[in-house]
Amino acid sequence: MSIADTTRTEKQLGRDAIARTEAQVIGTSPIERTALEREEELFTINMGPHHPATHGVLRLLVSLEGEVVRDLKPVMGYLHTGIEKSMETKSYWKAITFIERMDYLAYFFNMEAFCGAVEKLLELEIPPRAAYLRIIHMELNRIHSHLVGLGTTSLDLGAISMLWYAFRERDKILDLFEMSSGQRMHTRYFQVGGVIEDIPVGFEKRVLEFCDEMPKRIDQYEALIDQNEIFLQRTRNTGVVSKERLLELGVTGPLLRAAGEPWDLRKVSDYLPYKDFEFQIPIGTTGDNYDRYRVRMDEMRESVKIIRQAIEGLPEGPFSSDDRKVVLPPRHELSTSMEALIHHFKLVTEGFRVPPGEVYFPIEGPRGELGCFVVADGSAKPARVHMRDPSFTNLQALRDMCVGGYVADLIANLAMLDPIIGGIDR
Amino acid sequence: MPDAPGLELIAHEINDRHAGAITGTSYEHAQAALIVDPQRIREVLSHLRDAPEHEYRFLASLHGADYLPADPRFAVHYELLNMPRVERLRVKAPLVDPGPDALPEIDSVFELFPSVEFPEREVYDLFGILFRDHPDLRRILMPEDYVGWPQRRDFPIGGDPVIFTNNEHTVPGWVR
Repeated sequence: MSIADTTRTEKQLGRDAIARTEAQVIGTSPIERTALEREEELFTINMGPHHPATHGVLRLLVSLEGEVVRDLKPVMGYLHTGIEKSMETKSYWKAITFIERMDYLAYFFNMEAFCGAVEKLLELEIPPRAAYLRIIHMELNRIHSHLVGLGTTSLDLGAISMLWYAFRERDKILDLFEMSSGQRMHTRYFQVGGVIEDIPVGFEKRVLEFCDEMPKRIDQYEALIDQNEIFLQRTRNTGVVSKERLLELGVTGPLLRAAGEPWDLRKVSDYLPYKDFEFQIPIGTTGDNYDRYRVRMDEMRESVKIIRQAIEGLPEGPFSSDDRKVVLPPRHELSTSMEALIHHFKLVTEGFRVPPGEVYFPIEGPRGELGCFVVADGSAKPARVHMRDPSFTNLQALRDMCVGGYVADLIANLAMLDPIIGGIDR
Repeated sequence: MPDAPGLELIAHEINDRHAGAITGTSYEHAQAALIVDPQRIREVLSHLRDAPEHEYRFLASLHGADYLPADPRFAVHYELLNMPRVERLRVKAPLVDPGPDALPEIDSVFELFPSVEFPEREVYDLFGILFRDHPDLRRILMPEDYVGWPQRRDFPIGGDPVIFTNNEHTVPGWVR
């Protein structure tokens, strides 16, 4: 597309064409093309690890020329707890508890990636009700994750009240998690073969109430932010990276979709029956911070649609596989069946054995492709678990977003990148 | 995913052009993997990325693995993805353990896939696999002055001394 065409489309979109072309240049060839005055001295400073706007303990080594970022290197590992190593010493069913603590805003997704990989190694099918329950919880989790992202982003940009509104709805989601699994965070609700327990009476009604309320709340957020001059100036045309460059850097999720690439594993992959539901993939046009915000907002609306369809079409039947070599027998059988008692004992003490093999199981997390690579050696413990965490890979794009821009935009870029340090450092 | 015969075709096609580069294939759980001579990883990945019949242009992930006591002991896995066809292909490069005094080495594919910058650093940090020509091969998750390769299977778990207030003067020796 030529510059003239771009300008025309931009005029149709009502955006500032000149600002956009300049912002695009920043992404690809940073130093030469920025029309900012060069000063003599470069000044290298640490941002973080203890900086509220780094969303955790991320340290950025930033080279500044005046207020302009000339180079940037993320330094991480402050939250590294060796989860992958620890999982090698735990049996598969205990490892689930570990893995959900990696990306602590996407615990259902971590569990699904790991359980899905193990189910693939075991060639185990999960019943349709379990698949639907997983989808309901994962989509609630996606809204929850985006809400936290939205709240903290707005806080970084100076809109403090937005944080409280976002956390109000997040709390409603945590209430739902508490209702179904007994825990508000880190629920360990998924297990290999299905889910741990059926949903309680009244859960469906509560979820539907939430589905009725949430779109109105999103309208309210948009009323608060969408026409806020400060928010618009901070986000529009900042942090633009071209789609091609993002793909080179391995970026997935809302960041990639905001740049106009409609790539969503829920549509193209069949790890869970997402094809039963009608939903759309929101994409952006320019790939600036405003588009990233818009994509996340629209994704929340689409998630609400999925949840409503999943609750309304929730199939009856078992909530977990009946393969007794893998799944715990129901509690009431333990007092009447000796075999059930033996299997319960064996499963709890030793765990189940998984045949040797290697599997990579990617799913669409709230931040992009969340993949779990599991090597099984035939024992009851995984030989290697590796999480391809989207925050870790997406962070590579931060340099391209920031170089040539102002320090203030760096904060906006980092917030819109929405990295979770627990997922980066694992 | 290429199916099992499709995988064999890819393997033969690459071996015709780069003789001996593919040493085997594995097809399990509907996932296809090429096993590659680690010396020629860059050739193979470059071919898989650029040849019009493959075009695996997205490197989704890179994993290290330690198969102790098997030989070759280590492996680096590359998860390739062709987005338009939604096809995934794993390339596995087994690496022989050169003994306690040396580190296994493999070419970095940073030139082909800039997305491997952090993942290669991670594999180096946790397994001690050197990536030749990586632009910035430093530890990434562990502290810079850390000694040892923690994700190796023979690395003990829980071996680090725990610092309590009563022994912080002696155990790490930070406070004098």
